[in-house]
Amino acid sequence: MADGTAQARVHGTGGLLYDTKRRAWPNEANVLIALILIVAVFEGLGALLMDQSFLFDSRDRFDSVFNEARLRIIILQVAIIGIIALGATQVIITGGIDLSAGSVVGFAAMVAMSFAQTGVVNGNPNPGAVFGPAWLDLPVIVPVLAGLGVGTLAGVINGALIAYTRIPPFIATLGMMVAARGAAQWWTRGQPVSFPTDGYAALGQGMMPVIWFVGLAILFHLILRHTVYGKHTYAIGSNEDAARMSGIKVARHKLLVYAIAGGLAGVSAIVLSAKNLTAQTGMGLMYELDAIAMAVIGGVSLAGGRGSIVGTVIGALIFGVIISGFTFLRLDAYYQEMVKGVIIVAAVVLDQWRQSRTGAK
Amino acid sequence: MAAEPDGGEVMGDAMDDVILETRGLTKHYGGVHALTDADFTLRAGEHVAIMGDNGAGKSTFVRQITGVEVPTRGTIVFDGRERHFENPMDARDAGIETVFQTLALADDLDVPDNLFLGREIVKFNLGPFSILDYKAMQEATIAGLEKTGVKIPNIRGTIRNMSGGQRQCVAIARTATFHSKLTIMDEPTAALGVQETAQVEAIVRTLKEAGEPLILISHNMRQVMDLCDRIVVFRRGRICAKLRKADTDHQDVVAYITGAKTQAEYEVADAV
Repeated sequence: MADGTAQARVHGTGGLLYDTKRRAWPNEANVLIALILIVAVFEGLGALLMDQSFLFDSRDRFDSVFNEARLRIIILQVAIIGIIALGATQVIITGGIDLSAGSVVGFAAMVAMSFAQTGVVNGNPNPGAVFGPAWLDLPVIVPVLAGLGVGTLAGVINGALIAYTRIPPFIATLGMMVAARGAAQWWTRGQPVSFPTDGYAALGQGMMPVIWFVGLAILFHLILRHTVYGKHTYAIGSNEDAARMSGIKVARHKLLVYAIAGGLAGVSAIVLSAKNLTAQTGMGLMYELDAIAMAVIGGVSLAGGRGSIVGTVIGALIFGVIISGFTFLRLDAYYQEMVKGVIIVAAVVLDQWRQSRTGAK
Repeated sequence: MAAEPDGGEVMGDAMDDVILETRGLTKHYGGVHALTDADFTLRAGEHVAIMGDNGAGKSTFVRQITGVEVPTRGTIVFDGRERHFENPMDARDAGIETVFQTLALADDLDVPDNLFLGREIVKFNLGPFSILDYKAMQEATIAGLEKTGVKIPNIRGTIRNMSGGQRQCVAIARTATFHSKLTIMDEPTAALGVQETAQVEAIVRTLKEAGEPLILISHNMRQVMDLCDRIVVFRRGRICAKLRKADTDHQDVVAYITGAKTQAEYEVADAV
């Protein structure tokens, strides 16, 4: 029946079939379905309890299909943690974990902000200048490089500990989590740093966090899919011994992965402090757990070797939809946290189940 | 650390068809003499089996010639030059492809990814961020699979979903894809079912027809008798017999493996 065109794509001789096009049902599709189901649940609850739509424009206005304000909030509130989740995705694919991201955000934000301060606030000299007048009104590249540098350095230390001393990633990054939070407090003796230059503030205003998030997501999606770096990241998480026997420099690669994750925490810190116009020592608290949760919900396997940036982005959206949905239903923030916890555990259970199912084949 | 300069002595004409030769190859782990004075020769197109009980030194021998370990003493001459492999990549670059007992495959990658792991074909070289050339790798994979007659329904599927036989075939297909000069298989069918074993054996015969030399480590007497020209028996870290298939039979080989018999020229060694 459908011989002609189907056969054309199939290579092989002597009855061997090498289907070069066929691919398994992608896991990302399941995550997307989960997202749609969750939206549908909120739509249903909205119609039942609130008598209004969750994502679509309300009945009396016909200027648009969607409720743009809600969509904007959903993506805006996950964008900054989403940037960290891009790094967490890569770390988890190698079979590791990075618990330090939130604290590194705190420290990097403090450092970046202290190089981003403006000289004059409302006609008066900046009252909280960290380094004195010579260090005010610097070009925006200086705080950006400072924030990126702090994040990357923390990542390099994580990576070096994990790759060369063979400390479990959990322990190494737990140490960094505590140390970086301490460093954030030490930097200004606990004082918040405020009043950035307009140029720096512009990095985080309006929809800028979303632009950063989407841009970096596309970049790292392409890197993971189409570069040797990506291939080796998956190979190490899938079978570290095989990767080593195949000549992959596993230690050096892990160092690079953790450095990139740290760098992304630095970007997140810059965007967050620019958005808030201030940096405080407590910034980014628990962000690492939300980022890991986004990745795991998005189908990144904690056992390593599986997952994708696309999945993590959808995972982040699921996160945003749930938080927004609870606000929409006017439920207490306490419930959000509790449900978040349930979802994280459920995602891990699902991952375990998926592994045992495929492993049994 | 790179291997010593590869410019070892070049062998004379008489040795032309010798692919691999080891002289006095010895490996001690502390006080344990895992391998002592192994002299071994493999000629072009030959399929040689290595047999012996567990702990007889078979795998130790293979680990020395594949660069997994560095020998305590002795020389390895491969492809006409003396070699000092520091790691498996050195051996692989020289043309020795090994199918390990524990499969060196990444479960979550597909067939071309696994074949080219660690030596990917790239379109643009940008260091670690070099762009992969999937098309070229896929074509080379199909060519390699056809050469060995390996049947895999979907090369874009991950290794995880494949049967043990298919996985083993993928590992073997590496050798065909990279035109290796010597293939070593460490118990390739130990964990396989009857049909899968037959599949792997068919591939080994294909290699034989193509004139590719092979070292096969196996406990399966029937398999060895079917597939190999010669049998080298290890016992207690030493070679105790080198047999031609035509001159021997099952009982004979078993006698050498268990220590009931030792070839005259190795008697001295055995008395130690």
